[in-house]
Parts: sequence; structure tokens; C-alpha cells
Amino acid sequence: MNIETFFIMRHELLLTAAVLTTLLMELFGNPRKKESIIYISMAMFGVITLIGFIPSPEGEMFGGMYISSTARLIMKNILNAGTLIALIFSVDWLKRDENKDRISEYFILLLSTLIGMNFMISSGHFLMFYIGLELATIPIAALAAFDRYKNKSAEAGIKLILSSSLSSGVLLYGLSLIYGVTGTLYMAETASAFSSGGLQTLGFIFFFAGLAFKVSTVPFHLWTADVYEGAPVNVTAYLSVISKGAAVFTLIIMLFTVFPAIAATWQKVIYIVSILTMTVGNLFAIRQQNLKRFLAFSSISQVGYILLGFIGGNELGMAAVIYYILVYIFSNLGAFGVVAAISNFSGKENINDYKGLYRTNPALSLAMMLALFSLAGIPPVAGFFGKFFLFAAAAEKGYYILVLIAVLNTIISLYYYLLIIKAMFLTTSEAPIEQFRSGFFTKLGLGICIAGIAATGFASILFEAVRQYSFGI
Amino acid sequence: MDNMLSLFIVIPALTVAGILFVREIKQVRMVAALGMGIQLVMAAVLVFCYLSASSSGAGDEMLFVKDFVWFKSLNIHYAVGVDGISVAMIMLTALVVFAGIFSSWEVEYLTKEFFISLILLATGVFGFFISIDLFTMFLFYELAVIPMYLLIGIWGSGPKEYSAMKLTLMLMGGSALILLGILGIYFNSADNGGQFTFNIMEISKVSIPLPEQRFFFPITFIGFGILGALFPFHTWSPDGHASAPTAVSMLHAGVLMKLGGYGAFRVAIFLMPQAAAELNWIFIILTSVSVVYGALGAIVQKDLKYINAYSSVSHCGLVLFAVLMMNRPAMNGAILQMISHGLMTALFFALIGMIYGRTHTRMINEMGGLLKIIPFISVAYIIAGLASLGLPGLSGFVAEMTIFTGAFQHAGLFHRIVTIIVITSIVITAVYILRVVAILLLGAQNNRHYEHIADARWFEKVPAIILIVSIAGIGMAPYWLSSMTGASLQPVIEKIMAIKPF
Repeated sequence: MNIETFFIMRHELLLTAAVLTTLLMELFGNPRKKESIIYISMAMFGVITLIGFIPSPEGEMFGGMYISSTARLIMKNILNAGTLIALIFSVDWLKRDENKDRISEYFILLLSTLIGMNFMISSGHFLMFYIGLELATIPIAALAAFDRYKNKSAEAGIKLILSSSLSSGVLLYGLSLIYGVTGTLYMAETASAFSSGGLQTLGFIFFFAGLAFKVSTVPFHLWTADVYEGAPVNVTAYLSVISKGAAVFTLIIMLFTVFPAIAATWQKVIYIVSILTMTVGNLFAIRQQNLKRFLAFSSISQVGYILLGFIGGNELGMAAVIYYILVYIFSNLGAFGVVAAISNFSGKENINDYKGLYRTNPALSLAMMLALFSLAGIPPVAGFFGKFFLFAAAAEKGYYILVLIAVLNTIISLYYYLLIIKAMFLTTSEAPIEQFRSGFFTKLGLGICIAGIAATGFASILFEAVRQYSFGI
Repeated sequence: MDNMLSLFIVIPALTVAGILFVREIKQVRMVAALGMGIQLVMAAVLVFCYLSASSSGAGDEMLFVKDFVWFKSLNIHYAVGVDGISVAMIMLTALVVFAGIFSSWEVEYLTKEFFISLILLATGVFGFFISIDLFTMFLFYELAVIPMYLLIGIWGSGPKEYSAMKLTLMLMGGSALILLGILGIYFNSADNGGQFTFNIMEISKVSIPLPEQRFFFPITFIGFGILGALFPFHTWSPDGHASAPTAVSMLHAGVLMKLGGYGAFRVAIFLMPQAAAELNWIFIILTSVSVVYGALGAIVQKDLKYINAYSSVSHCGLVLFAVLMMNRPAMNGAILQMISHGLMTALFFALIGMIYGRTHTRMINEMGGLLKIIPFISVAYIIAGLASLGLPGLSGFVAEMTIFTGAFQHAGLFHRIVTIIVITSIVITAVYILRVVAILLLGAQNNRHYEHIADARWFEKVPAIILIVSIAGIGMAPYWLSSMTGASLQPVIEKIMAIKPF
């Protein structure tokens, strides 16, 4: 262990240290000053996020089981930044009385999943990948059941753990088939030994289905809405953005580096899955009344668009996907931030409760509008640029019909995003949500999200940086 | 002077910022009027600069070009430049926006937000007309459409939520098609593995392969056509215009619908002329339907705004019809028609807003004899009506005459027949215009409540006078305008002639 290997693995190592420190604070710290754990953990994570941006050498460790490259570092840094915003949003919620005795659990569980995601992204061996996947999933089930006095929250936890263990089983079966035909679990060797035979394809399909559960593409999306609805809003935000982003990153790395030999096959799969995902996600989103369910289906349809970046197998697609996840973090966390602020203040989560919100809480309404416009891909906010690059990536390889279906889907999605804007701005209500001042950390988080939504698109340097480094996986 | 064109985006942006910082309603509208007044002066300066530059022999297709690389790896630029056509459109926009500010002088509900949305919309329109890069052009296009939802939904009347949603979704559907078209053009914009580009002038030098043109031309044309009220995609227009507040109707019918015509001409036909020549018969039929059906629709309407919305469908259909004729007089006529219709429809909607503000009804059979009570508004209405039905001496005549002359130059039977069918719309237009004038302005005074309503006040006279002067100016001295736009048609005509479609 020297300084260079430390830098290669710094994300995982530092996060582990932070998790252990939080645990020790819980055990030996002053029980009356539990709140300080929030600030210490946040500060530690902030420092880790900053250290993550230090440029470092690329390299492999443990005989190729762990791979680090600039592209993977960018992915991890994006996830770190997103997690930081999600944590900022949770502060005001964690300070509430019912959560005071469980502050350290929140940080330990959440940061553990982040370690798992980092291992997934950096894995060079399928076992390493599987361990990362489980580490990223199981603590989330505990987080989903965090509101222990609510039945729905417990239900969400159970649903998540059951469906994810099913998907893990499917994925493992796929892996066993892949191992059977290639005789190795090292990804680099698998890639060179892979061919388009029947058994290989079958193994790939099972493996893909397992990951598709995590990404929640149709037809593996059924757990999403229930879990999102039941889990506390802040956990849902983390689940829908960071967890999903990590799974998307892993999937694109796998498709581009491990399975290029059967690109023709997985392109067909992605084609169908992409159309299904965005259409079904959009059509179901129209009917939702609960905002968490609404955002769940909207995030399903977003994955459908993201898959457009996969399909060409091209450099532009890779860059567009990474860039879109960055944009998506700001937009979706912004939307969830508003929902969380209102839910924590009034307990209201239905679209109808938002009627006349602009008259009572103009700042929150405007933040929500920006976030929704960004999700819908309306210029000049960042979502427009992200979608444009995704569509361009698919168009570059001639998938014009797919792009046509996607752009028509954006109109459906615009419809339901406008429904919320209509409720907030156009309609009036006899009993609107009262005017309230949200806490400092909610404001801070929303400020970061709005700045990100406004600037990420215009600042072309971000996209260019992602593009420059993204293909050297 | 160098960055003159970018000022057309910067000034509205600064105006919005200024509105954010003031508090009272009076200050808000003063800032808005001031900002858009400066914009109007800038537009006049631009016309002057353009005329002097082009008469001193600057042979470039686009003048005052500024080009900044934005996304290097995709070759996306922020590129602006104008030719005679866009200069004319910018002037039109500045006039209508300025008039629109005065027409919304009495908006009292959420005044600040109203003017911010209105000026954001104007920013999008200005940005669209100065862009010569397809990406920035598209960005501004959507920026111009989306504030419409709030403007109609919050400050509109009647079934405003329904209309706002319908309009926004249909127009954004159009822009979705345009996005696909732009991507298709981009990935075919390089000969033999060169660098792809979004720059319109560079793409125009490349010949996009014919099979791709056949796919992307209809998509792009329909995309822009939706905003230009192409039949059967015009249905957003009557509902949207009827529900929108006055200034928004003015801007939307006066300027925003021109984005459709301008885009169809500048992107769809200019960049893909072969497919346009092959497939234009389909769209000629559709636009003929727009023209005649729109005019017939206007006859049976009772609501003043619906009448003018259908009339806009008819007149904007004529723009697309003329563009599809693909020869110099017709295309020049299309541009004149855009300007002419923009001015007179803005005047119409401004006057309807004034009448509605006084009588609280827009049904023509509930009013009568207004000429005696509110002479200024009524006379202005008659002038707008006469311009609309194509009276010589006003702008409508010049535009329609040029279009029909151009359209009839095609020797084929098909073109002649559709032209004759379209010409019948002049008669129908006369019917619905004179019907309104007869009932509303000249008829018997059938409601005593309206006997004591006041005539136009100063802030209502300002937009009316500005617009009337412009309409009459173009009608009396059309040459300076038509020569300015006609000269800029040269590259388009050359490109069409190179493929010898006819």
C-alpha cells in the first residue's frame, strides 16, 4: 500500500473510513449531542468529494479485479456530488425528533451503498461486481424502511429486498452461464472469449435482466413506484438518482467493454427495451396523483431516453449518458427537494395539494418549475442539452425512427410535467399549502440544484470534459 | 457595432432583469416599455445599417456575422447573422412587441410575471431570427414557445387551461419533429467524411443525399408548418388565440406564427430543395386547404377573436403556399405576406382587446354601431380590415398580388388550378371582414349599455398608430422592403435553379 494505490482506490477507502468513523461516533460519542454527527459526517463526505476530484493515475489492482480510469473517476465524482446534494436535503429531515436516534444509521447505510456503487463501477471481475451490487442494494432496503412506524415504509423495504434478491438470482444465473461458456470471471478475458453463440446470448440476457431491475427498465420496473412511494422522500431521491445513476453507469461499462462481441444482439434488446421503458413510464406517469409515484414513473421514462445513448455503442453516446446523469442529478434532486420540503412541512404529497402554490410559496414553485422543465428537456435549462446529446448519439448511428419515438414521447412527458406547473401556477385553491420558510439546508440544496440546472447546459466545458475522457473506460 | 446582433438578445435579458428589481406596477411597465423601445430603435438602426452595408456592395449572404464555438466536439456554434429577410422580420418583431407592451398596459394580475414572460417570449423570437446555427435557432424556437403556456394559462380568458395545454403540446410536438429534422440534416451535412456542421450557410453548400431529403423534408416542414397553421395541424390556433390575453394574441399571431413560415423556408426548403420540389404537391394541397378552409371558417364565427384566428390560419397558410411555389416572386410575396399579416393581425388583436375591455363581450351580434361611439378604434379596425382583404395602398395587397403573380407563373395545370382556388379566398376574406364591419361598427346600436363607453386612451392609441403607419407605409412604398428581401432570396433561388425542378 503506497500513496499511488491509495489514490487509485481513494473513493472506496475514504468512504469506508468515513463509515467506520460514523459508527465509532455513534458508539462512543455523547448521546446528547447526536446532532453533531450530521455535521461531522457531512464534513467528512464533503472532503471526500473534493479529494475525488484530484487527478490521479489510472491503474489496476488485485490482479485486475479492480480497475480505475479517468472515465470511471468522472462517474464516481458525479455520484459523489449527487450524494452530497442528497445529504444536504436530508439534514432538516434528520433533525426531526423521530429521526434523532437514528442519524448515524442513515449515514452508515447510505455511504455503504455508495461504496458498493463505486466497486460496481470499478470492477474488473464479476465477483467484485456482484459484491458491489449487493452492497449497493441491501442497505437501501433498510433505508427504504427507515420510517419504522409507517406501514408503507416497511412495505417498501420488503418489496425492495424481495425484488432485488430475485434480480440478483437472475443475474447470478446469467453469470454462471457466462462463466460456463468462457471459463473465466475476469471481464477483460470474458470480452475476448465472448462470441455470439446461443448460450452466450442467453447468459447475456439473464445478466442484462438482472441489471435492468436496478435501472428499472420496463418490464422490470414494477417495484419502482411502490418503493418510491413508501420510502421517505429523501431516501427516494437518493434511490431514484444516485442508485439509478450508478446502475446506468455500470450497465454502459458492461455493454461497451464486456459484451462488444454481441453488440448486434444487445442493440436489438436496447431498442425494444428503450421504446417500452419510455412509453410505459410516460403513460403511467400521466395517471399518478401522488408526487412520489409520479416522479417514480417519470424517472422510469427518463431511463428510456438514457438508453438512446447506449444504442449506438459510440463515443458520443457514452459522453451523452454520463453528461445526462449529471443533469438528471440536478433536475431530479431539485424536484425531490421541493417535494421533500413540502412533505416535511405539511405532509401533503398529492398534485391537487399543490394548487395555488405559487401564490403562497413562489420560490419553491419556481424551483419546481425549473426542475420540471429540465426533466422535460425545455431550453435553455440543462435537460434540453442532455436530451439533445442523447438523441444526437442515437441519430449518429442512424436510429432515426427510435429518435422519432423518443421525441414524441417527450411531448407526452411534457404534458404531465405541465400538469404540475398548471396546479402550481394556473389554478387557485381554497386551502393552499400555507406559506412557510424552509430550513437553511433545504435552501442550500435547492440553490445548488438550480445553479446546476441553469449552468450545466450553457457551460459547454463540462460536456467537453466528459466527452474527452469518457471513452477510455 | 461588431456584436450588434447579440444586443437583440441582451437588451430583452436586461429588461427582464430590470423588471425583477422594480416593485410597482407603473415601474414594471415603464421598464418594459423602455427596454422594448430601445429594442425598436435598435431594429431601425439595424435596418439602416443593413441597407447601407448592402448598397455599398457587401456581397455576403449574411451580414454582421458573429461566430463563437460553443460545443466544440459537436461543432455547435453560437452563430448570428442577418440577411434582408431576417432584418425585415426583426423589424416586424420589434414593432409588434413594442405595440404589445402598450396593449397590456392595464394588466393588473401578477404584472411583473406577465411582462417577464412576454419579454422572454420576445427574446426567443429575436434569437430565432438572428441565428444562423440550427442548434441555437432551435433553442430560441423552444424558448419562444414555452412561455406561451403560462401567458395563456394564467392571464387568458375562457377555457384557458385547455387552450394553453393544447397549444403548447401541439407546438412542442412540432418542435420535436424539427429536432429530429435538425439531427438528420446535421448528420448529412458533410461531404465525404468532413466535419458535420449546424451552420445553415455551410450546409446550404452541401447537397444532402436525396433519400435522406425525402425522409427529413416532410418532417421538418410539418414541424415548422404546425406553427404556421398548416392544415390539419392548425387546430391549436383558434382556441389558443381566443383564450390568450391581448398582447399574447398579437405576438403569437403577429410574430410567432411567422417563425413557422420563416423556418419552413430557411431550413426545410433552402437546405433540402430536391425533396421540396418532389414532395411540394402534397403540401401545396394542404396549404390550399388551410387558406380556403381558414377563410370559410372565419365566416361562420361570431367571436371576434375566433374570426381573426381563422383569418390567421388562412393568411399564414398563404405564406406556406407561396413558399412552396419555389420561385422568386412567390417567395418574395411570402415574406411580404409575413410582414403584412404580422402587422395587421397585431392591430386586429390590439383593437379587439380594446373593444373587449370596454364591452366585456367579443360576440359581434351583441354589439353594434360602435363607429359612432368609439370612432378611433372603429376606424382603425376598418383600416386593418381593408388591409386584410387586400385593398391597394395597404400592405395586404402588395403581398397577395406578388404571391399570386408568382404562383401563376408555373405553367403546369396543377399549379394553376390550386392558385385559382386559393385566389377565391380573397373574396371570402372580403365577406367575413365586411360582415364584421357591417354588424359591429356600422349596424344599429342594439345595447344601451355601450352608449357611454370611452374611446381609446393614449396608451391604446400608440400601438394602433404605430401599426397603421407601418401597414400604410408598406402599402404605399413597397419597393424598399421588397427589394431588400428580394435581394436576399438570391442564394435560395440559385440553389433551387441548380436542380432545375420545373
